[in-house]
Amino acid sequence: MSRRIPWVLVVVLIAMWIPWLGSRFYTFIATDIAILALFALSLNLLLGYTGLVSFGHAAYFGIGAYVCAILMKTYGVPFVLSFPAAGIAAALFALVFGFFCVRLTKIYFAMLTLAFAQIVWAICFKWNDVTGGEQGLPNVPYPELAWIGAIPGLGGLRAGDHFYLLVLVLVAVAVAALYRIVSSPYGRMLTVIRENPERAEFIGINVRLYQLSAFTVAGFFAGLAGALFGIFNRGVFPDFAYWTKSAEVLIMTILGGMGHFWGPAVGAMVLTLLNQEITSYTQYWPLILGTILIVLLFGFRGGIVGALVSLGRRLRRR
Amino acid sequence: MLEVQDLHKRFGGFAAVSGVSFTLPKGVVMAIIGPNGAGKSTLFNLITGHVEPSAGRVLLSGHDITGAPPHTICRRGVGRSFQRTNIFPNLTVFECVQAAVLAHRGQGRNFWQRSDRLYRAETDALLVSLGLADKASSLAGELSHGNQKQIELGIALASDPDILLLDEPTAGMSAVETHETIALIARIARERGLTLLFTEHDMDVVFSIAERIAVLHQGRLIAEGSPQDVRADAEVRRVYLGERQ
Repeated sequence: MSRRIPWVLVVVLIAMWIPWLGSRFYTFIATDIAILALFALSLNLLLGYTGLVSFGHAAYFGIGAYVCAILMKTYGVPFVLSFPAAGIAAALFALVFGFFCVRLTKIYFAMLTLAFAQIVWAICFKWNDVTGGEQGLPNVPYPELAWIGAIPGLGGLRAGDHFYLLVLVLVAVAVAALYRIVSSPYGRMLTVIRENPERAEFIGINVRLYQLSAFTVAGFFAGLAGALFGIFNRGVFPDFAYWTKSAEVLIMTILGGMGHFWGPAVGAMVLTLLNQEITSYTQYWPLILGTILIVLLFGFRGGIVGALVSLGRRLRRR
Repeated sequence: MLEVQDLHKRFGGFAAVSGVSFTLPKGVVMAIIGPNGAGKSTLFNLITGHVEPSAGRVLLSGHDITGAPPHTICRRGVGRSFQRTNIFPNLTVFECVQAAVLAHRGQGRNFWQRSDRLYRAETDALLVSLGLADKASSLAGELSHGNQKQIELGIALASDPDILLLDEPTAGMSAVETHETIALIARIARERGLTLLFTEHDMDVVFSIAERIAVLHQGRLIAEGSPQDVRADAEVRRVYLGERQ
């Protein structure tokens, strides 16, 4: 194992170096990927680790986005407070909705998560005074970024690059926390529930309570991702909580591979890059996406990372 | 230790268990026998909280545990295995058993330490005593049926139960495996001073290790006592043992 490459470190270093490419576009794409990676990783706490299929994960992403944007734009609350508040608000909603969802199993669970997400979307869509309704809330301000420019060596970069570096650090911290959680005894309990809820109950695990806690934690991290996404997007819109957003993050997670911690992050990156590339050639992106999904579901159940891991294993055996 | 009082369970119009009462003293090995559909598994599920009884009570060391959820009953010192092998197929053998140890030690609220370093010695000792040490890093779901039954026993024992309920511990095993498994169970029960309640279809097994035997027939307890008494019981011979001769 001594010659294992520290992939995570390599990826973080490459990601940090992107602003120096000097392209607005690369920084833009990298910010998008970093945020969506966190969103997909938060979903995988449910999907891959606890075995809960949520069709409504965008609800918590949307709630995080709106809470952060409303606090910053309407009330002028600084980002340092709005950002954690977004996570906490999303977690609270996840706690309340999850309380009902974990009472159901499998497809019924999935449908109820979808139902709650659609309610969130409808509220964002209609509550004009607070959420801006259909028009959303444009012109969400950037957080105070001047201090980043004051760091030696970063002064020459644009505001977008400064925001990207901030996103990168926050996402890295959040992902590290998620990683700790899934490797902890608590994480093991979630895995055991995924494998066999009936047996899990009889090693003394209160299955519903753990499912609810996982739902809440996943909501928290989705809320953080949403908060960053709203600022990145310079506005929040009801679309953030719409079911297509839930489907998108689900596809990222499955594409990357839900059986591996980093799978969803890889899925977020590949899907974003593909979307970007392919839409510049053709308007039939959904057709391509559908084809990718079919190939994936029939050929590579473990997703991209699953396929790479088994390929690596086969090569090492030779 | 375990006291079952007039337990009833109806599924729709079907009385799966009706009016079963018995007492299982501490440290005793007791078998529940009866033909298929006699209500053995239902009785187990009633005792362990997987199914709520229609009427009656279950007392564990004097505490009423009737209708309590399985995880509470497990925490009160009841371990069980299932008739259909019930493990965590995509975890390694070590992880399966360690998970149960972690749950038992209240580590479920530990969000921050790395689980793979916790309670290694305890888990390894358990695997050694079950003869699974050499398979510790194999995926549980890829092992033989007999090994999976051993893993299940390991998971049940990891909660350090006072009383162990085994539902058909040798179901689907060859004669050799059955013999080994029973020897293993008997040894562990003796070492740990376990109270043991099990169901079994193999009468040789039953009469070789059970100190008391209860006979279920169509949801009713038709006999309960020492192996000699049960063997001599006229009704038992008629409805059950007799059928096999």
